[in-house]
Amino acid sequence: MIKALPIHIQQVVKTYGRIHALDHVDLEIKSGEFLTLLGPSGSGKTTLLMVLAGFTRPDSGSVRFGDREVIRTPPHKRDVGMVFQNYALFPHMTVAGNIGFPLRLRGVQKDDIHQRVEHALSTVQLDGLGDRRIDQLSGGQKQRVALARAIVFEPRILLMDEPLSALDKKLRDHMQIELRRLHEKLGITTVYVTHDQREALTMSDRVAVINHGRLIQCDSPRTIYDYPASPFVANFIGESTLIPVKRSNGNVVLDGQVLKVSGAVPDGRCSLMLRPERLTILPDRRNPDYNVFPGVVEEVVFQGESFVAYAVLESGTHVSMRGISQRETVASLPSRGKAVLLGLHWEETVLIPEANEDAPG
Amino acid sequence: MNWLSRPVSDIQITHGSRLWLYIVSGLIMMFLVVPTLIVIPMSFSDSQYLEFPPRVWSVRWYDNYFGSPEWMTATWVSVRAALLTVVVTTPVATLAAYGLSVSNLKASRWIFILLITPMMVPVILIAIGIFFAYAKLNLNNSMFGLVLAHSVLALPMCLIVISAGLKSYDMNQELVARSLGASRVKAFLVITLPQIRFSVISGALLAFVVSFDEVIVALFITGGEISTITRSMFLALRDQIDPTIASISTVLIMVTTLALVLTQVFGQSDSP
Ligand SMILES: Nc1ncnc2c1ncn2[C@@H]1O[C@H](COP(=O)(O)OP(=O)(O)OP(=O)(O)O)[C@@H](O)[C@H]1O
Ligand SMILES: [Mg+2]
Repeated sequence: MIKALPIHIQQVVKTYGRIHALDHVDLEIKSGEFLTLLGPSGSGKTTLLMVLAGFTRPDSGSVRFGDREVIRTPPHKRDVGMVFQNYALFPHMTVAGNIGFPLRLRGVQKDDIHQRVEHALSTVQLDGLGDRRIDQLSGGQKQRVALARAIVFEPRILLMDEPLSALDKKLRDHMQIELRRLHEKLGITTVYVTHDQREALTMSDRVAVINHGRLIQCDSPRTIYDYPASPFVANFIGESTLIPVKRSNGNVVLDGQVLKVSGAVPDGRCSLMLRPERLTILPDRRNPDYNVFPGVVEEVVFQGESFVAYAVLESGTHVSMRGISQRETVASLPSRGKAVLLGLHWEETVLIPEANEDAPG
Repeated sequence: MNWLSRPVSDIQITHGSRLWLYIVSGLIMMFLVVPTLIVIPMSFSDSQYLEFPPRVWSVRWYDNYFGSPEWMTATWVSVRAALLTVVVTTPVATLAAYGLSVSNLKASRWIFILLITPMMVPVILIAIGIFFAYAKLNLNNSMFGLVLAHSVLALPMCLIVISAGLKSYDMNQELVARSLGASRVKAFLVITLPQIRFSVISGALLAFVVSFDEVIVALFITGGEISTITRSMFLALRDQIDPTIASISTVLIMVTTLALVLTQVFGQSDSP
């Protein structure tokens, strides 16, 4: 088992001209953790990864691996494994040559190199492919070679920049599970970059959501999904409709109706988050566990494994609800133009603070 | 006539319907090459004068060339100048191409243009400029000065060829190599250079050809002992036209062609 290192990122700033690629980022990555950086294109994910790898020197701030400050350490002295989106395998070397490269640089004995390369190959399930040329590999195999090359020298930190985005969906799903399993086996501190929210939720111990170079929220996938800290996170991860709510006498009110809410009510202005799959169609208003929103069905769309009903609430807000395609649910579906009662369980009634931190700065 | 009705490649056009294109292209190529090749039979003439076609064949002008100490000295000067130009130009062009390719300076486009200006400015201007500059620096009539001047002329071609090679090279490989523990220099030498080596070799061969063929600058800045073969030929042409020139030309054509053929062979081998 590799001894993993925690990463402490403090107040890191990187600007390109007037663009803040990283804007005072603070992030504590625990030893052995699988942390995913998630954010839209241009949000600064790659920049942060490059800062960790040592290719980009931030304008200010501190990065520590364990107790060691590494801001001034050049990339080749950081002992960090790295996997790029396009693999960046060395085409003039064989598979074994690629994987053995970091070991040769470290002056490992020949026999030892051979053994460790074989071991790395079997770790990524490529036994016996050591003599292959790089252009004889499939996309998935290249991905595995890149991975083997990044872990063979037992780095204590592994960085991956959208490593699966060049693979087709099936293979990607498969590799997600495999990467996750490999991480559990090696226990290596891993920072993973993706702009695919599903991938982030599937693989990570924690997800750090970044926008405009700022860290918006860093929490476990469940927390991120269930309790987004801002409207940006609520919209970026999963689908949601945000409806501003009013307050009166300490209660939260929407369309004249007092809401039953789970958890604390945030200070200041806030919105109710409606996720399509959390809404259900209720037969009546009798169940006290539900907040009920009456509306009119606009459209019902069949999408294979699920269907989506679009409705407009009395206040004029458009919402959608998603249900699985199952005989009973489909049979109970209202048709277009009919009135419905949409229910949201109080435990799933979450308020999002109307933060101003999402504004570009 | 089976071949005529066969498709050219994966497309529907047959060789037959392309025939006109082949003929036109063939004629153009002939027009380009024949004037050069005409000196070859002339060099094997037995006559005192340049004549075409020769009435009597002989190799006496080759004997004349290889037996003449002056011509041999001049040849040797050219070879040395060309080799030294390769030695100077290739590393400089490689470093420049690399620097321009990894830098994200806005100015790098302009630096590239600056570096290839010697190719766009009339050589005669460069020759005059170098002559006056060298007069101040006391570099006229020296091998060092000649090599330096030829390196200036050879740099553009060399730079363009190596830059083209770097275009199809994925710089991420170098980043990966560095993250895996290679210093920047090591990453360049072990990962990048092997993959652009054929472009570098092509660039070197082109630098050789540029120097070896050059006459104008040499006319201005050299003389006496340091006279290149092309310069000596040019001067000889003014005094007497004898077929030695043709035989030397033939040898030069062979050398240059060989270098260019090698350039093509190597240039196409860098796989992206
Ligand atoms: N070398 C550079 N020069 C100038 N601007 C840069 C440079 N690198 C990044 N940027 C800018 O910094 C911001 C963050 O870029 P970054 O590559 O980190 O985004 P990203 O989150 O990785 O996006 P993507 O998902 O598209 O890869 C962008 O606005 C980008 O234009
Ligand atoms: Mg990126």
